[in-house]
Amino acid sequence: MPASALAELLKTYESELLEEWIGAQRAAGLRSDLIDLDTVVSNSRELLKLLAVAAEQGIDDLGARHWEPVRGMLERLSRAQSRQGFSPSETATFVFSLKEPLFAKIQQHCGAASLNEIWNATRLLDRLGLYSMEHFMAGRETVIREQQESMLELSTPVVELWKGVLAVPLIGSLDSNRTQVVMEALLQKIVETESEIAIIDITGVPTVDTMVAQHLLKTVTAAKLMGAKCIISGIRPQIAATIVHLGVELGDVITKSSLADAFVVALRELDVRLVSRPVLR
Amino acid sequence: MGKRETFPLKQETDIVLIRQRVRKYAEEAKLGIVSQTKIVTAASEIARNALIYGGGGECVVEACSRDGRSAVYLCISDSGAGIADIDRAMVDGYTSGSGLGLGLSGAKRLVDAFAIDSAPGQGTRVELWKWR
Repeated sequence: MPASALAELLKTYESELLEEWIGAQRAAGLRSDLIDLDTVVSNSRELLKLLAVAAEQGIDDLGARHWEPVRGMLERLSRAQSRQGFSPSETATFVFSLKEPLFAKIQQHCGAASLNEIWNATRLLDRLGLYSMEHFMAGRETVIREQQESMLELSTPVVELWKGVLAVPLIGSLDSNRTQVVMEALLQKIVETESEIAIIDITGVPTVDTMVAQHLLKTVTAAKLMGAKCIISGIRPQIAATIVHLGVELGDVITKSSLADAFVVALRELDVRLVSRPVLR
Repeated sequence: MGKRETFPLKQETDIVLIRQRVRKYAEEAKLGIVSQTKIVTAASEIARNALIYGGGGECVVEACSRDGRSAVYLCISDSGAGIADIDRAMVDGYTSGSGLGLGLSGAKRLVDAFAIDSAPGQGTRVELWKWR
């Protein structure tokens, strides 16, 4: 049986297959909230056409050049569906639901060779289904990575507390990437605001291990090189005890237990005095 | 024997998960807040070593007891290059990388019992205990 029997069927019975395939997809349940019937029909029609063309030149190697259009389309579609909120099964159903109508056609028209042809077709559709799954997952991973990146930016604000006093409230665990972002943002802001004092508040950092300590010290040194003095605040008792046992030397870095204390130190450094207004009668 | 879990250690985000789980175990063992922070920090140090120098491995966390006191037991192992001279690696400030060189010695000071087993080419296995 030539490999093109499948291609022959796909081409000859295109409109029938399309109709039955749409029927199968509807039976499996369409997400009418996410996709309308017209889009489903046009997607299905496009894939059938591409399949027919590609199958003509052999169905053994999906990596081959002539399968590129099919792969491209499935990739686009699966990635888009993963973003739109389709479930993995809903995405896979698109390809797998073609089995039923296609097998029926093979049985009708291939006679004795139909078992062999069904085997070929099922192998082909399984591989296409897996391929679309891979790209569905890749789409998810892209979304996760994007969210991680946007969280990085969200979670590292540098705020000006007073003319010449900056504060960086750090929250969450500090890995190398985040410290890098924090350090860059802080140095940039020091230049922009011509600040003399930067307060790094670690109240929201659950664990200070040697790597976090090293990153903090590097940030302090870099700020010092830019002419700004750093104060580390928000050191809780348990963190202090841990740092001592770890043997980390904070050197001549000024540390304070709370951001308020650090702010008072900063104002004193700047020779600013806050006085409460006398009550006027 | 109490609850026991094994975590993979293949990327930096695994360290975050291990820290969270160790904290949970420490809370359940009713460790004080300082002790909790200490065992979590020690786990973070050793796990990072296993990841950076040992190329990744796994971490076993177990709730156990020692002389009638509830305790947390950790075993972090990798199958990396191993440590040729353990005594030297345990010295403050010695590092074969770019860290502060306080991870191993610091972790030892943070816990109540510490065991390390390593040989060149054999990977490294560190066991930590912290009890109430």
